[in-house]
Amino acid sequence: MKVDLRINGQRRFADVEPRKTLLDTLRENFLLNGAHAGCEHGVCGACTVLVDGEAVRSCLMFAVQADGYDITTIEGLALAPGELSLIQDAFCETHGLQCGYCTPGMILAAHALLQHNLAPTREDIVEAISGNICRCTGYGQIIEAVQFAADRMRKANAPRTVAELE
Amino acid sequence: MAAGLTAIMKPASFDYVRPDSLAEACALLAGDEDARVIAGGQTLVPMLAMRLARPAKLIDILRLPELAGIREQAGAVIVGATTRQAQAERDPVIRASVPMLALVLPWVGHPPTRARGTIGGSVAHADPSAEIPLVTVTLGAEIMLATAQGPASLPANDFFTGPMETALRQGECVSAIKFPIWRHRRVGAGFAEISARRSDFAFVAAAAQVALDDHGRCLDLALGIGGVGDRPLRLDVGSLVGSMLESSPLTDAVNAAAVDIDANNDLHASAAYRRRVAVVLGIRALEQAYRNASAKSAEVAR
Repeated sequence: MKVDLRINGQRRFADVEPRKTLLDTLRENFLLNGAHAGCEHGVCGACTVLVDGEAVRSCLMFAVQADGYDITTIEGLALAPGELSLIQDAFCETHGLQCGYCTPGMILAAHALLQHNLAPTREDIVEAISGNICRCTGYGQIIEAVQFAADRMRKANAPRTVAELE
Repeated sequence: MAAGLTAIMKPASFDYVRPDSLAEACALLAGDEDARVIAGGQTLVPMLAMRLARPAKLIDILRLPELAGIREQAGAVIVGATTRQAQAERDPVIRASVPMLALVLPWVGHPPTRARGTIGGSVAHADPSAEIPLVTVTLGAEIMLATAQGPASLPANDFFTGPMETALRQGECVSAIKFPIWRHRRVGAGFAEISARRSDFAFVAAAAQVALDDHGRCLDLALGIGGVGDRPLRLDVGSLVGSMLESSPLTDAVNAAAVDIDANNDLHASAAYRRRVAVVLGIRALEQAYRNASAKSAEVAR
């Protein structure tokens, strides 16, 4: 079956079996290996991508269902090759990753949260990443990373007070 | 796909159809007993991946315009079957008019599954521990159906017939859920759940809604229990109408209503545990609903 996908801002076509998941299609047809195959039945969150801006599990969606939607993978977050998005950088700064297997999913879940909430509470962050399993970090530094990214995003281009200028 | 590589896929193969109208979807379903509806797919896709379900054909209803949207009409809120759980969670109409639904939605799965999972999908799947079916039974919602012969509907209590079993027949699909609006000025909802971990399947869940008059006297109330038996149950606590919902009669009423609950026994929890916890959570849900209703000012009309 032919599908017409918008992946990371580009129109991409594929001919896939209906039973092929969006995850397998991203990895095999488009070599976008940042979406990781973990449990492949919707428990671990390693395969999280954005579909029309919302965090979604790409193993729980067939590519044919994604026809016409905007898909963002971890490869699509950085502004230019070799650069990191603000959230990716925050994960590096706070050591929010160890083995890295859960990291693309964590970053995209955080991205979806920060798109509509720039001042998340700790509970908001925990809820946003509650569907993403990490077996290395113990989550503490991941939460710090999201808090740090939110703080930077709030301060970006914010007018400075007179006291700060002096 | 690189040449020579054999594609390994977890689900068995199936045909995929995306009809343009609800009538076409019903005709497709009526004509093929191995066809199944897919919408958000958050429950069906794992079942396909584990080959617990092997439909020959999937009929994707997610983009049908007839099934989308949330609207208030004649004392009810009608939630289209393909409304995403995340969308309902944020909806101001649901928050104002069906507070019990707004309260339970954060307990349904995780944010990424709520972004795709639908209200109608959860109802059609009929998991006895699921929160949305519990709300429909507790509030006495109508399940609206699309059939090859046209629209039909069933009270939620008749719709759920057993674990993952509903009164849906071949050629029918859930088109919307009609939740009644309580028109009293002071309405509050309550919810409590016990599960192994947050957002996992509930061993026991309880949902309650309470309406109070200006003096805090109970005008109406509803209590439902999920996860205990084969389907969600509404408990009869009508004896509390007219009371001030004091602690001791409230406890007695819930205990009396829960006496003949048929509780399931499995490796997660014994029947005795489920029955005991159902009473405790039922009381907590009613108390929370009472507090939330009390917090609404007696003077301000909604």
